[in-house]
Amino acid sequence: MHNKTPLFHIAKRKELPWYGAWAIRAIAVLLALVVCAIVTTALTGENPVEIYKTIWKGAFGTPRKIWILCQNLAILLCISLAVTPAFRMRFWNIGAEGQVLIGGLATAACMILFGDKVPNAVLIVMMIIASCVAGAIWAGIPAIFKAKWNTNETLFTLMMNYVATQLVAFFVIVWEVPKGAGKIGIINQSTEAGWLPQIGSYKYLLNIIVVAVITIFMYFYLSRSKHGYEIAVVGESERTARYVGIKVGRVIVRTMLLSGAICGIAGLLLVGGTDHTITTTIAGGRGFTAVMVSWLAKFNPFTMVFTSFLLVFLDRGASEISTNFGLNHAFGDILTGIILFFIIGSEFFISYELKFRKSAKKEG
Amino acid sequence: MNQKSVAIEMRDIRKTFGSVVANDGVCLDIYRGEILALLGENGSGKTTLMNMLSGIYFPDSGEIRINGEKAMIGSPKDAFSYGIGMIHQHFKLVDVLTAAENIALGLKEPGRLDIDAVAKKIKEICDTYGFDVDPYQKIYNMSVSQKQTVEIVKVLYRGADILILDEPTAVLTPQETDKLFAVLRNMRDAGKAIVIITHQMHEVEDLSDRVAVLRHGQYVGQMMTCETNAQEMTNMMVGRSVTLNIDRPEPVDPKPRIEVKGLTVRDAEGIVKLDDVSFTANSGEILGIAGISGCGQKELLEAIAGLQGCDTGSISYVNDDGSRKELIGMDPMAISSLGVNLSFVPEDRLGMGLVGNMDLTANMMLRFFREGHSVFANRKNPRALAERVVEELEVNTPSVSTPVRRLSGGNVQKVLVGREIASAPTVLLTAYAVRGLDINSSYTIYELVNRQKKAGVAVLYVGEDLDVLLELCDRILVLCGGKVSGIIDGRTATKRQIGAMMTRLGGEDANA
Repeated sequence: MHNKTPLFHIAKRKELPWYGAWAIRAIAVLLALVVCAIVTTALTGENPVEIYKTIWKGAFGTPRKIWILCQNLAILLCISLAVTPAFRMRFWNIGAEGQVLIGGLATAACMILFGDKVPNAVLIVMMIIASCVAGAIWAGIPAIFKAKWNTNETLFTLMMNYVATQLVAFFVIVWEVPKGAGKIGIINQSTEAGWLPQIGSYKYLLNIIVVAVITIFMYFYLSRSKHGYEIAVVGESERTARYVGIKVGRVIVRTMLLSGAICGIAGLLLVGGTDHTITTTIAGGRGFTAVMVSWLAKFNPFTMVFTSFLLVFLDRGASEISTNFGLNHAFGDILTGIILFFIIGSEFFISYELKFRKSAKKEG
Repeated sequence: MNQKSVAIEMRDIRKTFGSVVANDGVCLDIYRGEILALLGENGSGKTTLMNMLSGIYFPDSGEIRINGEKAMIGSPKDAFSYGIGMIHQHFKLVDVLTAAENIALGLKEPGRLDIDAVAKKIKEICDTYGFDVDPYQKIYNMSVSQKQTVEIVKVLYRGADILILDEPTAVLTPQETDKLFAVLRNMRDAGKAIVIITHQMHEVEDLSDRVAVLRHGQYVGQMMTCETNAQEMTNMMVGRSVTLNIDRPEPVDPKPRIEVKGLTVRDAEGIVKLDDVSFTANSGEILGIAGISGCGQKELLEAIAGLQGCDTGSISYVNDDGSRKELIGMDPMAISSLGVNLSFVPEDRLGMGLVGNMDLTANMMLRFFREGHSVFANRKNPRALAERVVEELEVNTPSVSTPVRRLSGGNVQKVLVGREIASAPTVLLTAYAVRGLDINSSYTIYELVNRQKKAGVAVLYVGEDLDVLLELCDRILVLCGGKVSGIIDGRTATKRQIGAMMTRLGGEDANA
């Protein structure tokens, strides 16, 4: 009858000390690298160690690459921070892509329409306000519908993305330079009107500082403020929130306005800070990647620095191997997918443990 | 007694969750043709022990023998193969399917599914034991008691002859409970082994043949029901002698505090839940509210608390100086900004009164987080309050940073009541304050309510146990179908009188 004992059973862990959790994550990453190596050798015949070296070089190879890494990290982190308060509230905002785009569009509109007409400082203030308001409106519309008529926010915010993309496509044609080019090109290239100031000789430093400030703000807003507490209560149980007199609809709208405004700032940083132009792909899917960053970090703003770093690092490395080894960019995505699979999977082993059969344990 | 054969023997069962020992060294025998009542305080490990029989948990050590053979129950499927079926507190049914479809769900029988054959077999089971189930009725159209019946038929259909019921009566009316007990007796007489977990002493005395007691996860002892009494069983559960009398001090300077006039409430579907309800609740007095479940008790309390829209009528709060404030149309925020200090212990503790995933401190904050002008929430005072509540009410918790959902039912309720009375309310509304609580915790709650009464609070106590209402309350308002059937003096009323008023407006008088 002994062989009827299950080989192992799954039990919930009591609580793991932080170093235990990180050890499990480290093991997951190592295992992921091993699997990636096997896949690489099997599919391409390349030496996996060389591939890893190239990934590393792609991310950190030169000072310029490090700056690009940090810039990408800052933008992804900014968008992730933006969606986080909504997620804490269990409001599944997957419309960050559109909110960033519309924020960028508002910035570009200010630069094109008012560039050279108002002093530069006034223009930049206008851009900041316009991008925040545009993002907030884009997020506020689904929020109001949710609060008033309980519409599905996931579908609504998703649909708002397409509207934003088409609006940008429309205005790109309206403002195209030169006529018939189908794109705007660099806005105010000669005057640099509305370009966000550069700190010293570092093109991306301003963006990084702005996002660092937002990170700290968001951490304290969520974990210490009264608003943050209300968001958590609404997310956990709307009935409890009503019971203690929290106005649920108002919290939903307020939180989404904040969420949208920060997305708008991401758009501002992209258009006014680095790109100085606008296209329909300026957000580049980061509105969706941000969802993963936020979830992986369990909605903790500081942990999000690491998770967004991880994703940006893998992405930069993937581009590098695609050029260096003449491999398709898709191959880099395969490796990214394998690594993410292991990291997300490791969360299971952080919450649960496998208890093996006693005898098996002795043998092992 | 000799013809009884052992169905299950549990030996030295131990189960831990992390550092928490849920069961240790438990030995328990379950016999066929017998109803065993498993007793113990909240958190004493009854449900854990039974979950190991039904394959939900696997014991860390110990041995389970079924029909004399060593058994390994690794999954609910294994449990079924041994003929063990458990009816959980929370039903596991698919709402949009019919009873027959739910029962057939997950069964692997060769060939096509013949739902009519399933229905026929269900009918046979029903006829054998006296159930009343329509196999073709959808689950969402069923009452709680009907759903429970489907759960029981489901395990019988799968050939279970050892049935475990976890607090089956907590959701039933007295009439439905009687029906359930009749069926259980039939099953016992048919030679099935039945285990029932309950906190109601009179149910234990009424139904069971044998009683087994757990305390702090350990097996304390067993006895034949006919040879013991409620007092002895309670003492065994608690581990010391407790008095089973509820104190009822004289009302303290009663003055009208809440005046309800002609209150009519409809629910979202437009069904009248409260119909022209009028009464006065006095300060320093406990007003009991009795009625069959779903007769408007919930709506009445929620209307006063500002959580339920009202059609017509008025709810006025009367100050000590006689001035009045109208509460209708106000939300809880507006009521408290009027200076009315109203506390509410709702029926749904973890879904409404507390946030299960938050710790004790954060749950204390629910009522107090708005204090002060800072944008930051003060966590110090709630933390101090949480520590005070834990100490004064003897809440059993690892720390004030433990999520409340990890606490057992009685401790959850102590946290909720502790918070609600901490703000020194003038009105205290409680709904089913002792539901699911063991005797010891229940008496703690009665005492807390009495203390509030002595402090001059107007207490509205919605309860389901008529014996308790009669012992605790000064006056009892009986609701019947959303109407006030009558208000009677708690000191002179009888159980029969209230029972009659619950089912017919005005009780026997109206019947005459």
